Amino acid sequence: VLLSIICSPPQNYPLYIRSIPTENELKFHYTVHTSLDVVDEKISAMGKALVDQRELYLGLLYPTEDYKVYGYVTNSKVKFVMVVDSSNTALRDNEIRSMFRKLHNSYTDIMCNPFYNPGDRIHSRAFDNMVNSMMMQVC
Amino acid sequence: MEGLTLSEAEQRYYCDLFSYCDTESTKKVASNGRVLELFRAAQLPNDVVMQIMELCGATRLGYFGRSQFYIALKLVAVAQSGLPLRVESLNTVKDLPLPRFVVSKNEQESRHTALYSSDADNPASYSGVIPPPPGRIQVKKGSVSHDAVQQRTSTDQQAVWYQDLDHNTLRATLRIPCLASLSLEFSFRRLSSGLRCEIQEKESTSPVVSPQQSPPTSPHTWRKHNRHPSGGNNERPLAGPGPFWAPFSEAQPGSSTSSDPIWSGHSPPPHQENWVSFADTPPTSALLAMHPASVQDQTTVRTVASATTTNEIRRQSSSYDDPWKITDEQRQYYVNQFKTIQPDLNGFIPGSAAKEFFTKSKLPILELSHIWELSDFDKDGALTLDEFCAAFHLVVARKNGYDLPEKLPESLMPKLIDLEDSTEVGEQTGEVGYSSSPAEAPPSKSPSMPSLNQTWPELNQSSEDTAIVHPVPIRMTPSKIHMQEMELKRTGSDHANPTSPLLVKPPDLPEENKMSSSVKFTSGNTVTDGYSSSDSYASDPEQIGSTVTRQRSHSGTSPDNAAPPPPPPRPHPSHSRSSSLDMNRSFSVTPGQQQAGVVAYPPAVPPRPQPSQGAGPHVHRPVDAEGLIAHTSTSPQQIPEQPNFADFSQFEAFAVSGVNKEEEDEIETHSEVLQVEKPSDSASSHRGAKADGRVEDKAPANVPTSAGKGTTPLAPPPKPVRRRLKSEDELRPEAEEHTQKTGVIAAVLASQPSIPRSVGKDKKAIQASIRRNKETNTVLARLNSELQQQLKDVLEERISLEVQLEQLRPFSHL
Repeated sequence: VLLSIICSPPQNYPLYIRSIPTENELKFHYTVHTSLDVVDEKISAMGKALVDQRELYLGLLYPTEDYKVYGYVTNSKVKFVMVVDSSNTALRDNEIRSMFRKLHNSYTDIMCNPFYNPGDRIHSRAFDNMVNSMMMQVC
Repeated sequence: MEGLTLSEAEQRYYCDLFSYCDTESTKKVASNGRVLELFRAAQLPNDVVMQIMELCGATRLGYFGRSQFYIALKLVAVAQSGLPLRVESLNTVKDLPLPRFVVSKNEQESRHTALYSSDADNPASYSGVIPPPPGRIQVKKGSVSHDAVQQRTSTDQQAVWYQDLDHNTLRATLRIPCLASLSLEFSFRRLSSGLRCEIQEKESTSPVVSPQQSPPTSPHTWRKHNRHPSGGNNERPLAGPGPFWAPFSEAQPGSSTSSDPIWSGHSPPPHQENWVSFADTPPTSALLAMHPASVQDQTTVRTVASATTTNEIRRQSSSYDDPWKITDEQRQYYVNQFKTIQPDLNGFIPGSAAKEFFTKSKLPILELSHIWELSDFDKDGALTLDEFCAAFHLVVARKNGYDLPEKLPESLMPKLIDLEDSTEVGEQTGEVGYSSSPAEAPPSKSPSMPSLNQTWPELNQSSEDTAIVHPVPIRMTPSKIHMQEMELKRTGSDHANPTSPLLVKPPDLPEENKMSSSVKFTSGNTVTDGYSSSDSYASDPEQIGSTVTRQRSHSGTSPDNAAPPPPPPRPHPSHSRSSSLDMNRSFSVTPGQQQAGVVAYPPAVPPRPQPSQGAGPHVHRPVDAEGLIAHTSTSPQQIPEQPNFADFSQFEAFAVSGVNKEEEDEIETHSEVLQVEKPSDSASSHRGAKADGRVEDKAPANVPTSAGKGTTPLAPPPKPVRRRLKSEDELRPEAEEHTQKTGVIAAVLASQPSIPRSVGKDKKAIQASIRRNKETNTVLARLNSELQQQLKDVLEERISLEVQLEQLRPFSHL
């Protein structure tokens, strides 16, 4: 079970949501929405610290009974949130980091596309493929 | 009716069928006539047909709208697969084979004879057979004729075909690729003639399983499609240059089942008319022309798989390799368009300009976005000429009804330069060398005195400090190395993944690029110049970067134009080479002009060979600060020069002079830049061979001086001067300063070539020159490694300074 979502500032509306499997999506959406608060909290806690790569990865935002939520924020305050099943014990922190990195890279690629207006929902096929393959790896 | 999700193949196929049935082009089909025939052809029991019609809502509406029709078709497929007919099954059944419609032979034949006056079996008749208006169905059915027609390349037949088509009220639809497929499908299904029978046999033998069905289908469709455009489509000149689209089917031979990418969505109605709004007419016609031709080939190719006339088809298709290949005409057109946006063919088109340009094509933004993703190979937000051509090509294809591929076709990939080949260094501009450098030999962190043997392997080690993470955009012609770098840069930030040397490199890439470029130069040349080039590079990373940038078409952000703190002055290596003394002298002369304080510098890059080796008569010494400057300017030139330089020793004097001339030119171009930027100190400091260890001593001493120097105008790097030595000094004013150096160098070098020339002692002379060259080589190699180290030090310094600067700078929060 994996759900990834990208939210952009300032209103934090989602640019991209993808989850596997597809049922119970609503619950994940809610979870992600609440976790955005945690993300904001962490960002503000960082304060004036220099933002470097390590800080982009926020780590486990909070675990719940069923799943864990990981967060990642880019330098432009675009938030990536990932919800994974708690039963997925095989998922290590490093893997989550690498997944976020891949997401970030793909997101940058999308940004490079002049036809993409920041703030639009993401429809890129390449991005979809990447996310799908990534999620397949996990599940 | 619940929503219906169709796969691409299904979409196309259904669209074809719908168009086929939509005789009045009213977008809805009465539940009679063709539709009924179609359903009958599905070979389903009548009650099933009725059930289908009911399920899809046609009975409710009284006619088949597009959606109902599609639903009905899907239900037909479901029924044919033996699955119960349910509305839910529409979307949940995956991998449903396309509905099959088979017309009995009798039916076909009767239709054929009705349609065609000529003998159905006669291939020629097929052309005539091309379904006249009423015969839509027959056309398709008849089709074996299609096969025959397709197999025939005679334009006559095609002409007839198209004439008939033209007369056909359905002409418009026929032009749509999907129609072709549809008709082909039908034709294949039908056996109306011997030929048709054959084909049908093939059809029948072809796996009945749905997935396999698609392949036969697509070829057919292609063929038909080909026929349309290539044959008589009056709107499309047959001049098609190349297998523009034809090969497309080939391009996805295996994946035909999965998708028929060739088939553009039927949704876009024939855009065949000009794409005028987007482009001028000529290109359009050219494109269209290509389209038919290519289509032809494609279908022929495809049919090979399923048709009996494989030979013919093969012959036809053999001339076309690649559906996505850009023909020359197209290419020329693209290039011209590129020029209107960006006059420099090696330059980049920024994203915004490209966006405007392609928006004019009136394609939906989503598709343009996808095209961009496909064509922007290195993901830098700008298009090179190759990328632009690829994007343009895709737009053209899309406008003409072809689906966009998921991945960039091979033929559209921007040419990758194999920068691994060091021999290219000489040929390429600095950018190539630059880009290749990272891959080739990361600056070696060789200890102070790397032996020659060690030098090379060390150079290949990635020893850069991974703490440096500079996403230096090295925008250059896409190259394999470049792509690797791009990837590496991305992953480089993850220090946890030092899985490969490459990964280790990424953070260092920016620096490494510069350093390795110099290394590359060095490695590329066994000549003393390599020495100087590495010198110059080491001394002035920024300058190097900027130099390289200059040579490259565009870099999004030039690598750190801010002059880094001048590299720590290299300890003055006391080169033991006696021969270098001359050089030292000559070089020392120049410094006077260049740096006031740098003079203290030991000969620039200590010749790589250990001081003990001293054999090389190299300019290592000469490189005092002045040398550096010369070097730096030389470095860019190094690349082109080096090969020559290498040859130099074997060349006659005149050849040498030729090289020098080159150097001069380069020096001229670079000297201005280099002069301003490089602190000679750093140059000299770099030159000081770390290997000797002295460099380090001197470096600190020199650093202050160099720091103070700021942008000391430097004379052209001594390296070029050195080259000059070979020849007279045809130097330009800047070079004049180095003449002395040059003279020394020339003297040294000239001695080598001169020897071989003597007739009487050729062998000895050659051997001597070889020996000398080897020494030089060794010296240079060592010098190179030392310079590399110095460069690294300098870069580290720079980074630390930058960090400090960053800390001091007021924060700008996001």
